[in-house]
Amino acid sequence: MRLTAKNTLLAGVLSAFGLTAILSAPVLAGGNDVVVEDAWSRASIGSNRPGVAYMTIRNTGNEAVTLTSIRTDLARMPEIHQTSTNAEGVSSMAPAGELEIAPGGFVALEPGGLHAMLMRLQRPMIEGERFTLTLIFADGAEKTVNVPIFGIAARGPES
Amino acid sequence: MQRRRVLTFGSAGLGAIGLTLFAGWWQVDGPGAAQSDRLRPLALSDMNFRMVDHEGITVTPQSLVGRATMVFFGFTYCPDVCPTTLSDISLWLDDLGNDADELNVVFITVDSERDTVDAMADYVSYFHPAIRGWVGVSDQIAQAADDFRANYEKVPLEDGDYTMNHTASVFLFNPTGEFVSTIDYHEQREFAVPKIRRALKSGADTTS
Ligand SMILES: [Cu+2]
Repeated sequence: MRLTAKNTLLAGVLSAFGLTAILSAPVLAGGNDVVVEDAWSRASIGSNRPGVAYMTIRNTGNEAVTLTSIRTDLARMPEIHQTSTNAEGVSSMAPAGELEIAPGGFVALEPGGLHAMLMRLQRPMIEGERFTLTLIFADGAEKTVNVPIFGIAARGPES
Repeated sequence: MQRRRVLTFGSAGLGAIGLTLFAGWWQVDGPGAAQSDRLRPLALSDMNFRMVDHEGITVTPQSLVGRATMVFFGFTYCPDVCPTTLSDISLWLDDLGNDADELNVVFITVDSERDTVDAMADYVSYFHPAIRGWVGVSDQIAQAADDFRANYEKVPLEDGDYTMNHTASVFLFNPTGEFVSTIDYHEQREFAVPKIRRALKSGADTTS
């Protein structure tokens, strides 16, 4: 159930001409069917260090959705990253690219795996405060999440 | 820009998760353990570097001999792996209770440019008070990584900043300073705390 780049482009062109309605079957999934759970983040020390946020993104719709980017006024360069650890035990992180979420599926942003990397913080992330983060999907739908900021040593959404 | 698609879990992915967990156990603790492929760190007394701790005191690996030791490499600008590991370590230390008093816990930076004594002092203050942060000049950090058989590498980020790839395993040494085992990243706490207890107990009489 993969949404190829070509499909996305075609759908985009079609909808730009208002032709989507002519097609009997929906070409695109709704980013509107996305539910976000357990969002949390860690406080930063000042604003020079990058921040990080975690959450579970669930697709409750019948079509795959593709998360293409994220946006927040907290950071000038927010991006989904993936941490991986190789056979020698060396950890690294890199941009995760687009994330496709199958119908009924989910993607977990959690420590040591995927994370929303908040580069170039505009202000420090202060424990007890919250910020908004917007998820942007391939179909243009957006989902805004209110993310609580926990302590630097926080381990998960319940801390 | 790289456009790599990452597979996500559907409901059918649960079996795959189970398989992954099994594979993880097989490689980490099971018969497939690859630890022997990795080079063993030197004994602390054979290491040859000098750093400064987060209170500005000169420290050497020899200064750790006499108590069991836990060492982790990282950097304070690390957003994901380092705070996660340090909070794991903090939890293990809480589990150990009074036994944690018999343990040296050292966080060694691999980022000589940004991790000053003050930056390190600020950073470690958010975690368990037993954790000592060590900083140093680049050639001393290189020597430390060499002695521990750890790796690190500076990697540019898209925003013009940089991040550091680094060995994320926790190294355990016995009170005489000999290497005992590692706790790998993502290893469960059920395995980690017993490993630390083993390092605390293992002494000169059990190793030759
Ligand atoms: Cu990152």
